[in-house]
Amino acid sequence: MSIISDTGKYILLMKRVFVLPDRWKMFFRQFPKELEKLGLQSLPIVIIISVFIGAIMTIQTKLNTTNPLLPSYSTGLVTRDTLLLEFSSTIMCLILAGKVGSNIASEIGTMRITEQIDALEIMGVNSANYLILPKITAFVVMMPFLVIFSMALGLIGGYFVGVFTNIITTADYLMGIQYAFIPYYVFYSIVKSLAFAFIISSVAAFYGYYSYGGALDVGKSSTNAVVNGSILILFFNLLITNLMLN
Amino acid sequence: MIEVKNVDKSFDGNQVLKNVSAVFETGKTNMIIGASGSGKTVLMKSIIGLHRIDKGRIEYDGRNLPDMRMSEIRILRREVGMLFQGSALFDSLSVLENVMYPLEMFSPSTKEEMIERAFFCLKHVNLEEKAFGLAPSEISGGMQKRVAIARAIALQPKYLFCDEPNSGLDPKTSLIIDQLIHEITHEFDITTIINSHDMNSVMEIGENIIFIENGEKEWQGHKNDIFHVDNQALNDFVFASKLYKQVKKANQ
Repeated sequence: MSIISDTGKYILLMKRVFVLPDRWKMFFRQFPKELEKLGLQSLPIVIIISVFIGAIMTIQTKLNTTNPLLPSYSTGLVTRDTLLLEFSSTIMCLILAGKVGSNIASEIGTMRITEQIDALEIMGVNSANYLILPKITAFVVMMPFLVIFSMALGLIGGYFVGVFTNIITTADYLMGIQYAFIPYYVFYSIVKSLAFAFIISSVAAFYGYYSYGGALDVGKSSTNAVVNGSILILFFNLLITNLMLN
Repeated sequence: MIEVKNVDKSFDGNQVLKNVSAVFETGKTNMIIGASGSGKTVLMKSIIGLHRIDKGRIEYDGRNLPDMRMSEIRILRREVGMLFQGSALFDSLSVLENVMYPLEMFSPSTKEEMIERAFFCLKHVNLEEKAFGLAPSEISGGMQKRVAIARAIALQPKYLFCDEPNSGLDPKTSLIIDQLIHEITHEFDITTIINSHDMNSVMEIGENIIFIENGEKEWQGHKNDIFHVDNQALNDFVFASKLYKQVKKANQ
């Protein structure tokens, strides 16, 4: 019952969010701030995780593919396809659901419990549109760049394994990441990430917007935003993969 | 002028407002008083439209709020200023930006005119210029209340609502905030409604007092009449402290 009523509330909130802003000037003032806060400030975590996971994935793939019948470039190929198909879009989005989702939910939730949202409403401002629209659009715009950045950094992480260890040669690795490349995988990954960016930002905004009580309740909203956002990402991952790759 | 006529409001079968009728006059500091849980906050939120009433009329100079669509309510709210209990200033904006916010949102003025208006409002509430660039978290509670008043009057509202304006303030600052609200009400001829249970405020600026008890209007009148009312509930509320008992004795 709660799922049905929450879904209804979410749809009604989105209906209020996706209308033309009262003042475009105010929207374009908020938009770059959100690009910076949700996108650029996520870069450090994307860099660190992508480089390390790329390197770790290369080592693990190499250590688990010792069959002499497998070509030497297979490690690079597996690393590349894993990064392109799953890691840089889905796993990175699950991590960003924690960082960005909790940020959005706690910011809007704090505004709710300190009556700042009521103040906007009393002024006659569509608070949902003013607060949430710049966040969703900014995060959806930034996400493809983060995903492509993550793919490149993951591949660089794998390359470092070739340079700094004797596990794989750089020549084999470089050949592997170029072998039988399917550009559609990048497109598929970007489409997924756009959907996930929308889910992360809108679900977090929903939980923040309907926070009530005190600091403890904002914390609960933040947790709900991350948990439910992550579950929805996994569900839509299955759906989009089935639609685009099957 | 705001007229409330036969208003009922329930939450999950619990009737909080019972057939409340009252007139809030223009150019006067109208006060809603009552004990905690008496329904005064529900009444104020119903008047603003944050709660939908079950029955009755809420007329803003003849315009009935419950009949309005959301888009019409939004337009009406541009004539409303509100001072919240916790000030509700926007954390991410400076003091000056907070006051400029409603102007930027709804005023057709140029940037220079908006800055001029924001400066006028902030100076009107006696805020020093050096505080204009500070964040709300960097100023005191009393200063935050003044900024909130400045923001509330920036668009020259016809109606001003104040929810517990003295909450968390020391007696001296409370007095300053009360006098400020009173002055602004008279100077700009605003219909001001103050929700309070602070008897000092009531005795200082209460020109039209509505006393609510258990969701019903028990009494309405001027602060000077309050000493001579034969209403047990009102007397219990107003003269709860020793000080006010002595004041009442002295007045009789």
